[in-house]
Amino acid sequence: MNHVQKQIEGLDALVSSRLGGVSTSMQPVPGDMPVIQIVVDGYESLPIYLTFSDAQCLCICYLWTEDEVVAERRGALMEALLDLNISVPLSSFGRIGRHYVLFGALARDSAVTDIAQDVVALLDNAVDALDAFADYLR
Amino acid sequence: MSSVFTKMLTLVRGSAREIGESVVDANATRIYEQEVHEARNAVATAKQELTVVMAKATQTAREIERLKKEITRYEQLAVEALGKQEEALAEEVAGKVGELEAELDEQTRAHADFTVNVANLKDLIRNAEARLREHDRELAVARTTESVYKATMTISGAVGASGSKLMSAKESLERIKQRHADMADRMAAADELDQEFGHRALDKKLAAAGIGDTSDRKAQALSRIRQQHAARAGKEGT
Repeated sequence: MNHVQKQIEGLDALVSSRLGGVSTSMQPVPGDMPVIQIVVDGYESLPIYLTFSDAQCLCICYLWTEDEVVAERRGALMEALLDLNISVPLSSFGRIGRHYVLFGALARDSAVTDIAQDVVALLDNAVDALDAFADYLR
Repeated sequence: MSSVFTKMLTLVRGSAREIGESVVDANATRIYEQEVHEARNAVATAKQELTVVMAKATQTAREIERLKKEITRYEQLAVEALGKQEEALAEEVAGKVGELEAELDEQTRAHADFTVNVANLKDLIRNAEARLREHDRELAVARTTESVYKATMTISGAVGASGSKLMSAKESLERIKQRHADMADRMAAADELDQEFGHRALDKKLAAAGIGDTSDRKAQALSRIRQQHAARAGKEGT
């Protein structure tokens, strides 16, 4: 966890500066995995989570769960996600268990500026995604 | 060869798993890691062996060259001995040539064996390296999947502990839009307030300083009333 903290030192300030000074908070999530939660003012309902494994650093934003998907539009939603996936800058759609997510993957030793760029892109993409896919959700 | 992704997909999809369940059997992963570790050691040993065998192949090749030269030289010497009618000497030399030829045969066989051995070892190392790369990749994918699931579990746990739940997408979007609308409204209101309040504040300051037309409104009104009163009194007087 210590080297993770060192790696992301100043991330909140960098994210804030990229968003034009919007206040941003960063805190570790207690648990057995090194997970950092990033919350941007005005986007409290869309926290971004950073997690680190051997090979990579993942920035994850939880979008919706399986229960929220309108059953008869599920197939169409999948196609839309697949069609859109490659066009979304820096982020990709995915699913963890019953959670649909948007995530960005970076090399394990990425610079904090690269992580900040990914977090900001992820946040913008997540808001867009919620808006774009609202029709498929309850 | 089944791809790493196919295997992982089978694992992740298996029995429609829920967050919190471990995706990869930790024990199986440990055994697998141990196997990879052993395979890597085996490759290292094979590489060392390869250098030894390659050195031996080179040595035998050199020995073969030497023996061939020796045989040629002794044969020539035997021919010379025959030329000088030294039958016994020639026979002795022929015996030496025979020994050298036997040795050459032996070295040639050894060299062939070493050459085959080198080819086999190279094949073995190539295959093992390819398998190791695949295993490494498999482990990396498994570990990433595991860490993502664990992280999600951690996050769900933290959200659960705080008493709230992960918000639905629609609620989330509504909240963000509301927040932004609120912020826009607040900014507009603050702007308006500043303009309005700013003016009044200035007027008040001006009035307090006795500057501007509102400063002595009372006095002006009184003087106007007095004038009107005086005018009326004058009319009544005539």
